[in-house]
Amino acid sequence: MVKLRSVTKNFGGSATAVQDVSFHLRKGEFAFLTGASGAGKTTILKLIHMLHRPSSGEVRVSRYTSNRMKRRDLPQLRRRVGYIFQDFRLLENLTAGENVAFALEVTGMPRPKIGPRVQKLLGQVGLAARAQALPRQLSGGEQQRVAIARALANEPLVLLADEPTGNLDERATAGVFGLFQQINASGTSILMATHDAELIRQHRDMRVIELEQGRLVFDSAGDMAS
Amino acid sequence: MRTIREAFLGIRRAPALTILSVMAIGLSVFSIGLFALTAHNIDVALSEVERRVEVVAYLRDDASEELIEIARHEIESFPEVQSARYISKVEALYEASRELTEFSDVYSELQVNPLPASLEISLLPDHRTPAAVEAVADRLTSYHFVEEARYGREWVDRIYSLRRVAGGAAVILGLAFALGAAVLIGIAVRMSVLARAREIAIMRTVGATDSYVRRPFLLEGLVTGIGGGLLALGLTWGTYLAVERTLLSLAWLPDLWSATGLAFAGILGMLAAGRAVRRELRRLDVY
Repeated sequence: MVKLRSVTKNFGGSATAVQDVSFHLRKGEFAFLTGASGAGKTTILKLIHMLHRPSSGEVRVSRYTSNRMKRRDLPQLRRRVGYIFQDFRLLENLTAGENVAFALEVTGMPRPKIGPRVQKLLGQVGLAARAQALPRQLSGGEQQRVAIARALANEPLVLLADEPTGNLDERATAGVFGLFQQINASGTSILMATHDAELIRQHRDMRVIELEQGRLVFDSAGDMAS
Repeated sequence: MRTIREAFLGIRRAPALTILSVMAIGLSVFSIGLFALTAHNIDVALSEVERRVEVVAYLRDDASEELIEIARHEIESFPEVQSARYISKVEALYEASRELTEFSDVYSELQVNPLPASLEISLLPDHRTPAAVEAVADRLTSYHFVEEARYGREWVDRIYSLRRVAGGAAVILGLAFALGAAVLIGIAVRMSVLARAREIAIMRTVGATDSYVRRPFLLEGLVTGIGGGLLALGLTWGTYLAVERTLLSLAWLPDLWSATGLAFAGILGMLAAGRAVRRELRRLDVY
């Protein structure tokens, strides 16, 4: 599903954001990507989303490979890889429903099909009744749910979540995390970057990949890019 | 539909910026408009002068009128010639005394008419070039009864030099102003793109294609360009009226020129917008 093979990423100068990282996230797997701030978590997610190109090594997502990736294939990849941000990244002038519909419109889905699909997605994240609310009228947890619904719009194979609970209180965090578990149970792989040690402790059964200064220092699955 | 909605939303979101862009484009294209108005009026004036370009063949006194009439018909069949008019010695004297009244006493006292008969040959519009005029003059001198053929060589050469300079200057200055306008449109659209960078980044994140992202900006550039073109047209019209009423009689631009100017402004706006949004998209995605 997602495979990193000896991936290194330099941004120029002497700083190396990610160094020789390898791991394999299988179909339907849930993994925490953890480490201190600046450890390289976000860079790893952006490499998988192909927002960054590896300086060396290779990132493979489904049938897409970073070394052979063409610009015209990026939209197809992005539709198969959902991305969730810590700051939600919703469009402030659009309602919750419109924010979700937006992800369907860009794929060229016929308009009559968009409405029912949006309702279904908002229902899935427990916000069917808030479709007409603007982001500023929603709580942080609700905004993150809208972002999740948007990320799920195109039925992604994998969800990348970058500190999705970083801006949420304990209760909202539990709600959003529960939602991730439900999504994962339906077969979608999830790679969740977090430095919330308590959250990881509460879910010891899940895979943990730990980074330190750009290097992979621990993988509870024990396999390195197998 | 989304393209239209988003394009006008973009304009509505930053009305001050849009107005500024339209004004910037308008002023740039207005410069082109003023130059076009000047160039067109030079052209009109030149055409008027050019229309008067003719070749005069002065005839020997011993030439018979029958022979001259045959030759006149022959000359009229030249591909460059529009008409050939015979002016007899008597008519030449009459016209000279009519046009040069200050010498009327001299003419009335003449014992012998010193003026030669002539053939005045006017040329077809496409054959008023220096080369064509010279060729016709050379052919006329081959008639044995033609004493001399005159056509004001310096004037013909000057008219063509002036037209070449005017044409060249129009192209160079037009391109310079167009480049200036393109830069301004590019800056305006780039500001609009940057103002919506977050939205574009989100679009790319959820899988929008480049063309999907680009379309509303292209339309916005087109609308802004046409807006600027209309403003420029209005300003040029205002200048034309002001000069026409106070200074000198002018000819307004042909409709085709005005339409071309508008289309040019619109396309310029669209191209500049396309370039600005492409740069932003390249910045966002490394692939």
